[in-house]
Amino acid sequence: MTTDHMNPTRSFQGLILTLHNYWASYGCVVLQPYDMEVGAGTFHPATTLRALGPKPWNAAYVQPSRRPTDGRYGENPNRLQHYYQYQVILKPSPPNLQELYLGSLKAIGLDPMLHDIRFVEDDWESPTLGAWGLGWECWCDGMEVSQFTYFQQVCGIECAPVAGELTYGLERLAMYVQGVDSVYDLNFNGREGDEKVTYGDIFLQAEQEYSRHNFEFANTKMLLKHFEDAEAECQALLQAGAPGDNSNQRLHKCVLPAYDQCIKASHIFNLLDARGVISVTERQSYILRVRNLSKACGEAFLLTDAGGASIAAAA
Amino acid sequence: MPDLLLELRSEEIPARMQRKAAGDLRKLVTDALVDAGLTYEGAQEYWTPRRLTLDIRGLTAKSADLKEERKGPRTDAPEKAIEGFLRGAGLASIDQAKIVSDPKKGEFYVAIIEKPGRAAEAIIADVMPGIIRDFPWPKSMRWGRASAKPGSLRWVRPLQSIVCTFGPETEEPVVVDFEIDGIRAGNVTYGHRFHDPDAITVRRFDDYADKLMKAKVVLDPARRKEIIATDAKNLAFASGLELVEDEALLEEVSGLVEWPVVLMGSFDEAFLSIPPEVIRLTIKANQKCFVLRPQSGEGLANRFILVANIEASDGGKEIIYGNGKVVRARLSDALYFWQSDQGDLPDLDMLTASAEKFGLDLKKPLDQRMAKLDHLGVTFHAKLGTQGERVERIRRLARELAPIVGADPDLADRAAVLAKADLTTDAVGEFPELQGLMGRRYAELQGENPAVAAAIEDHYKPLGPTDTVPRDPVTIAVALADKLDLLVGFWAIDEKPTGSKDPYALRRAALGVIRLVLENGVSTNLMDILGYNSYTMHFFDFLDYIASDRYAEERFNKSNVRGQRSELLLHGELALHGRDPSFDHSASKYEHDRERLTGLDLLSFFHDRLKVYLRDQGARHDLIDAVITPEADDLLAVSQRVQALGQLLETEEGKNLLAGTKRAANILAAEEKKGTVVADAVDPALLRTNEEKQLFNAVIQTESEAGQAIQNEDYSAAMRALAALREPIDSFFEHVLVNDEDASVRANRLALLARIRSATAQVADFSRIVG
Repeated sequence: MTTDHMNPTRSFQGLILTLHNYWASYGCVVLQPYDMEVGAGTFHPATTLRALGPKPWNAAYVQPSRRPTDGRYGENPNRLQHYYQYQVILKPSPPNLQELYLGSLKAIGLDPMLHDIRFVEDDWESPTLGAWGLGWECWCDGMEVSQFTYFQQVCGIECAPVAGELTYGLERLAMYVQGVDSVYDLNFNGREGDEKVTYGDIFLQAEQEYSRHNFEFANTKMLLKHFEDAEAECQALLQAGAPGDNSNQRLHKCVLPAYDQCIKASHIFNLLDARGVISVTERQSYILRVRNLSKACGEAFLLTDAGGASIAAAA
Repeated sequence: MPDLLLELRSEEIPARMQRKAAGDLRKLVTDALVDAGLTYEGAQEYWTPRRLTLDIRGLTAKSADLKEERKGPRTDAPEKAIEGFLRGAGLASIDQAKIVSDPKKGEFYVAIIEKPGRAAEAIIADVMPGIIRDFPWPKSMRWGRASAKPGSLRWVRPLQSIVCTFGPETEEPVVVDFEIDGIRAGNVTYGHRFHDPDAITVRRFDDYADKLMKAKVVLDPARRKEIIATDAKNLAFASGLELVEDEALLEEVSGLVEWPVVLMGSFDEAFLSIPPEVIRLTIKANQKCFVLRPQSGEGLANRFILVANIEASDGGKEIIYGNGKVVRARLSDALYFWQSDQGDLPDLDMLTASAEKFGLDLKKPLDQRMAKLDHLGVTFHAKLGTQGERVERIRRLARELAPIVGADPDLADRAAVLAKADLTTDAVGEFPELQGLMGRRYAELQGENPAVAAAIEDHYKPLGPTDTVPRDPVTIAVALADKLDLLVGFWAIDEKPTGSKDPYALRRAALGVIRLVLENGVSTNLMDILGYNSYTMHFFDFLDYIASDRYAEERFNKSNVRGQRSELLLHGELALHGRDPSFDHSASKYEHDRERLTGLDLLSFFHDRLKVYLRDQGARHDLIDAVITPEADDLLAVSQRVQALGQLLETEEGKNLLAGTKRAANILAAEEKKGTVVADAVDPALLRTNEEKQLFNAVIQTESEAGQAIQNEDYSAAMRALAALREPIDSFFEHVLVNDEDASVRANRLALLARIRSATAQVADFSRIVG
């Protein structure tokens, strides 16, 4: 047993570190969060792009995720516009992925002989990423604590081989294992008394401020402009880095920076959506525009080393 | 005889797919075995979330030997033809073929092909990979290392292992050896994921099922359902409660567990202020739990039944605690929706235009929601405008229908205005299946007339052939208006059901109209409502308007108005009210024809549905055909005629009348074909015999009586009038020769026969009646 303040059932950071340890021992690279605003851990290039191409890839990381429309000014104990996902991506999906996942639950203190753990059908789809997969919501005593997905397509491209993706909702999981009813009451650092720092101490003010920003203050004119800029820049970078006719240059040279712009466009779209300035019909077209960017990035990624272009050339 | 055991074990199969998949497996495997020449005594499928199992008993061990003679070319045929024959028949040289001679064709070759029977094992190993590869899952996936290559195995979720054993009861069964994408069939399976995860070696179905049971897997889905239902009822009973049964939920839950353990949780009594339907749906849809009611039967109890998949080491305390926590969170949301739907909306001043248009009272919550529905401009269908516009049309039509169905027009109007208001409530946003019901609840809370509240809930009915048909006149008016608007609308934009495609459930809507009309005895001419009345005129004007640039412009302008977080920010006077006053109402002839043709086409759709409906009620299809004409638009009248005609034809008189009229019609048809002259009208002066005079008088009498009866919608009387023709027709044919030598007498007699035909045709086309 770890020292008490690192206990995943008492400490939010202890929970994260336990998962890090577990997946690191399995052989994952433990990455840090991507340094951009994203709606979910899937947007991290370590998932979106690395899920493509033939190269094996095992990674785990925490990703702060922003869903502007979920802001509740800090008044709802279960809903946040900024929260943490724990993301694991294993490519190709190992045959014992379910057992590995269940092992991780055990590691954070969920004994499957005490808790009712279930895999309930849930097909996953991300229209902006042009991605879909089949899998489950993982239930613990009736509560959804993770998403479990076998990626079939990402960026509109068939995954070959298929990657398995596990996404843990960290706050929800922590609330359950710590037995608290409000996210703001979570013990973050596992200390007690004066030394105790709660989730609310760290994030309540941020939730209030960002809710105001998302729903009231964000400058929509500027955001609309930024969307256009990000879209144009993404396309320009893809163009600039594209392989030429010259056979010396068969790799794409500028995919990751282009993908950053795609992420940016996606987040700006979410903000505009929260501000209520996008109509139903426009909504579809925005989603389509982001999807076109992600598809173009995915296709370009296949022309890079990490995307397996050298393997394909050698074969 | 040997038995076959097959198990396909995979990661969790979605509950809704299990039953069908297991059935498909049985059919595919047994069909393939039979096709290959095997027979079997019985086959039974089983399933759990993690496996599909098939138990085939009494399979033949070997397919029969087959001997086939194949005819070849003549002995003097060219070399090429003979070579082809050898290849096709699988012969090495022509010496292996027989020579047969035929007196006509000469000598030709015949090959005797002998196919020895094959062992069942070989056949099974042969057919299984194809069945697994092409299994008809609604959605399937690839996984793992193999998915790097195209064409890898697809399954609903990763397939983990295959058990396939075969052998007679008296011997040790063998493993049927086949492999698919690296998964090799064997005799090893696994028990419950947590209780007994170790490998289990099995021999045949009986020990397989026993060992699984010991490993805490109840293989038989019916047994799992029984366990859940029984334990749930007992647990409820022990607490003085009663289970609210739910077959669909039971089916789903039994597909989520291998080892069902039924537990009871509770929630705060304060949540019982939420309508029971909302509580039930919240707990069912999100948590897959059952609700309970007090044994007295009123309302719900603050308890729920959950079904776990383990016998927990603490007896289920943690599981109950966790589920209770989630149920409480869900019910808090539901309570919030229920309460906020009864409160004021923000920004009421933005809703005044919509309120005025519909005569809404913005002090009332449901009125506000209707104003919001209109104000938001939520699209009903791109070509049929917004929900607000649709409500406006339904309202107009309901008011028009009210006197026909005996409803108070003002109540019908009010009910139509509020019928869709609940679409913007939070409760319906969360649970779309509660539309109507929530509207009714909120209407009752704000003191609407009970007939209005009932109509809000029931105007969607009947939802199919077995659903109850509303009886209240106000509901009938709104229910008819709702469905007719849907049908007229989709007919106007030419999006009719084709084949199996009926995305807007228009067949159901038409059947709904039919059942509302027939089962409530509503007598009305649909074409008057559909074809030429002010409502449809407005409808076509409206479509033209929607197609116009002006509409697009208004939409655009309005959509740029910044409102609260809304989808389409469109408000104001549109379409029906905002029509251009200079619009030419005389409408061109073309427009008029377009409407009429569309109307007739829709009417024939109604006829098709009516035929199906009447046939299901036991009516003879030939009688329906005899009664329906392309213009028959009083559905009640059609149904009553069919009924009266059926009754007539069951009597001796009716049968003879039918024979007589048929005989008259046949003679007439034969003579008309020959070109014999038929007089335009019967000339009484040319009537020679008493029999023909009597017949003529009877026909005149019948014409007038039947005509009068039909006018009075008394179809039995019309049939009685027809029946009076039987006797004179019979004696006419007995004593009178139609084909008289005198051409003018003959023409006159034929005219008399034609008169019989036209007299009976008022009631039915007797030529279409069989028998």
